[in-house]
Formats: sequence, structure tokens, C-alpha cells
Amino acid sequence: MKALDISGLTKTYKGGTQALKGIDLEVNEGDFFALLGPNGAGKSTTIGVVSSLVNKSSGEVKVFGHSLDSALVDAKSCIGLVPQEFNFNQFETLAQIVINQAGYYGVPRDIAKQRAEKYLKQLDLWEKRDQPARELSGGMKRRLMIARALMHEPKMLILDEPTAGVDIEIRRSMWTFLKEINQQGITIILTTHYLEEAEMLCRNIAIIDKGIIVENTSMKALLSQLNMETFVLDLPVQSKPPSLTGFEFRNLNDHTMEVDVLKDVGLNDVFKQLSEQGVTVLSMRNKANRLEELFVRMVESGRDKKAGAA
Amino acid sequence: MANRNFTALRTIWIKECTRFLRIWVQTLVPPAITMSLYFVIFGSLIGKRIGEMGGFSYMEFIVPGLIMMSVITNSYANVSSSFFSAKFQRNIEELLIAPVPNWIIVLGFVGGGVARAILIGIIVTCVSMFFVDIQIHNLAIIIITLLLTSSLFATAGLINAVFAKTFDDISLVPTFVLTPLTYLGGVFYSLTLLPEFWQWVSKANPIVYMVNGFRYGFLGVSDVNYMVSLGLLVGFNVVLFTIAYQLINRGVGIRS
Repeated sequence: MKALDISGLTKTYKGGTQALKGIDLEVNEGDFFALLGPNGAGKSTTIGVVSSLVNKSSGEVKVFGHSLDSALVDAKSCIGLVPQEFNFNQFETLAQIVINQAGYYGVPRDIAKQRAEKYLKQLDLWEKRDQPARELSGGMKRRLMIARALMHEPKMLILDEPTAGVDIEIRRSMWTFLKEINQQGITIILTTHYLEEAEMLCRNIAIIDKGIIVENTSMKALLSQLNMETFVLDLPVQSKPPSLTGFEFRNLNDHTMEVDVLKDVGLNDVFKQLSEQGVTVLSMRNKANRLEELFVRMVESGRDKKAGAA
Repeated sequence: MANRNFTALRTIWIKECTRFLRIWVQTLVPPAITMSLYFVIFGSLIGKRIGEMGGFSYMEFIVPGLIMMSVITNSYANVSSSFFSAKFQRNIEELLIAPVPNWIIVLGFVGGGVARAILIGIIVTCVSMFFVDIQIHNLAIIIITLLLTSSLFATAGLINAVFAKTFDDISLVPTFVLTPLTYLGGVFYSLTLLPEFWQWVSKANPIVYMVNGFRYGFLGVSDVNYMVSLGLLVGFNVVLFTIAYQLINRGVGIRS
């Protein structure tokens, strides 16, 4: 079953800005899906329409088969939303925020209290339950919004840049948590500016730019489009710069080398040639995030196509 | 479905009550102090020189009007401030994404305003008992008028908050509309003291009917027929609730 089925979705704001120009998007049940795009591409508008915060201009949105037009209540019940901005009452305590949210979905108060304990503990917020939300750190506020979104136990969780401004340790603990709940069967749709995050978590991906979907495929298929990667090799200080045959390379200084490696060639020959020259490779890393490279390329080629058509 | 809606309504109502109880120094204490001053100055000091009005001491005469004045002001202020804050902080989105029918949202916020108005009404009544012996002519009319008036002004406060874009916008109506209408609504005087023309003009002021309906419940006297008062209150409630529901339904000020 499709967790989300969007067809021909358009949105034009009152000022005339056309944020969505007829997008089609499908997300399978149980998927971990990334929706990527530059600022102003239409990601938040898409999420806004799906979660009923933005009125669509035309098109159809179905959530687990429930149309927003004819079965809004059923559709809403399936969705948990973690928005980009903090949108809880800063003066309420954490317990009040999550218990009230469950109440809006019709969860009786005694069950809501049990779930509050479960999710606040899972997100390491239980000790803070009686504190007003304004006293939390940024990372805690982000986790509070995840706990709040889970209180009615939705089938699909939508996260709009959930780790923005969060330190790396908390970000990684949030990734672990999201992976766990996805494994339990919750469909997750994620927008993020950290492309590493999307690459690490998501199985499928859509790239949106200027209100249209420019790519919609699996992460694996997307990354396979990248036929060359650049590696940075850290070496001991060399009196004579090493060289490679059959590879594009650059000696950045006396202890760092950059090598372009075609995907079907592999790295073995690089190591072999360096070894023959008596050079030890101390460490190695990708020059740029692979997905980031692809992302920039996709967005630019989409724009070029449009410019060409015009 | 009915259970879910009831749970949602109860949640909004509890949230609203918790809000005004949390800031009780701002919400519950000021009306008690203001009304004490009214009772001391207008009732005890000036009232003694005024003598009787409508067959009652001046203090007895103004008590129902002063309670009603607090009810009107507080029911309006509670919802306008709470709903606008929810819009401003964007936590209204918590409700908009949930499967809560829009009429439940309106009812929940209005219910919060009514709860605060009733509590204020009880506090002001208790304060007035230090100054005068309260008499009750018809308790049912007191309760019905109290509920209908507070729900009417709570709904009006919600409509104000829907259109408000800044905090200034939610103080404009109370300052320039509610306060003048309340002071000219027969709280401090009987309409019979006015020249005939001004009596006629005063009857275009809806607050006259609420104050007099409420006064009838306490004293059994009124410048207008209490049934007309109740009828108008029901009518205004239906009209304003429908407007508020339609505004939320269309997402005015809350959905883009």
C-alpha cells in the first residue's frame, strides 16, 4: 500500500507565488524517504499540504488510501508531524505538551500519560517532564517535537529538518531512534539539509526544485549515477611527490594527495602503485559528500533543461 | 468518533483552564481588586449620596452590573489573548494537524473563556458580599444569562483573535468598543434616568440587555423584558458561533 500518494499537486499562494507546479510523488508503506531540495524549492509547502496546514490549489493527496478531500479525519490520524520551527507553547511543561497532543487525537488521558512516559523516556526527556519547554536546549526541543508527534502512534512520521541546529552527538542518537521506529513499521518522510543524513537513513529519495520533482528514485540507484569519486589520501611527509599512472591525481602538499577514481576501476591499483613507491597511506576520505555532488548536479541540470525549454 | 471528539474538547478545555490558572496573578486577581475599588468608591462613598435606584440601595443596584462587567471583559480577554498567542507561537498548528473538527476547536476555546468568566463572576460576587447582602430573585436566569453572555463574548474574542495580526489588534476592540458599551450599558444607572431619546438609543446597545437580564435574576427589576434579553443572547450566540466556525473552517489567519 502507498503511505503517501500525491498527484498533480499545485499550490499558488495569495501573492501569486507558485510554490508547487503539479508534483506527483509516491511513498511506500514502511519506507524511509528523503525529500530534498534547496531553500524555497517547495519541500515545506508539500509537507504543509499533506499535514493540512496549507490549503492546496489543486491535485490530490492520499494518505494510506485516505483522500484529504473526502476522508480528512482518517488521513490526519495516520500522520505525525515534526515541523521545522518550534511550535509548542513555551510556557507549558513537556508532559502537558505531549499529553494534550494525544488528547487532540482522541487518546484518553490515562493512556496518554503512559505513552508520555514511554516516548519521553525513549527520547531522554523524562527527567525534564515537569519543566516548561522554554527551559530546554535546542536539541531537547527537537526531541520533544518528535515525542509529541508520536503520541497518537501514527503510521507515518513526517520530519521537516529534524536535526537542524543539533549537535552531532544528539543528531546521531536521533538517527538511531528514527531507524528503530522505522524498523518497527512507521513510514518516515524526511526533509533535511544534511545530505549525509539522507544518505545514511533513507532508502528512497525525491529531489524537488522550484516546485517540480526533478528526481524520484532509490538512494542506491541515485548514487550509482555517480561514476567517479574523489578521494583524499593522507601520507607521511614525502621528499619526492608520488605519482600514479592511469589516474587523475593532484599532490596538494608534501603529505596530501587527491585522486579521482572511476567506479569500475576501484582503489586497489592506487594502493598497489603507492606501495611500489614505498608510500604508506595513513588515512583516506571522500573529498565531498557523494550525495551532495549529485544533488547539486541534479538541481543544476533541472534548471538548465528549463532554461533550454524557455 | 463521538468519544474522540469529546476527548479532544475536554483536552482543549483543560489546556485553556490550566493557562489562565497558571497566570492567576494576571487573570484572577486584577478583577477582584478593580471591583473592590468600584464597590468602595461608587457603592460605599458616592452611592450613599445617590440614595435609592429602582427601589434598591445604589450598592445593591450596581452589584449585578459590576459582576456582568467582569464577566464580559474576562471572557473576551481570555479567548482573544489565548487564541492569538496560539497563532503567534504557532501552537495552533497542534490542533490544525489533528483530526479535531473545527466546531470542537471553537467550542473548546469558548469553553475556556466561559470557565474563566464563571470563576471571575464567583470571585466578584464573593467580594461584593463584604459590601452588601446579595439577594437572588431567580437563580436560573442568573445562571443562563451568565453562561450565554460569557459564551457570546468569548466567541467575539475568538473572532477578534482570528483577524488580529499584532497584540495591539486584540486590545482595540476592548478599549474602543467594549468599555464604552459596558459603561453606557446601564451598569451604573437605570435607563429610566435618561431622557426618552437616549433611552431609545441605549436600547440599541446589546450590553443593556445582558446587564438588565442579569439584574432581573438578582433583584427582580429590569429596564427591559428579561425574555427579550435571553432571546437576544441566544440569537447573538448563534450568529457569532457560526461566524467563528466559518472563519476557522476557511482557515482565515491560520492556514496559508
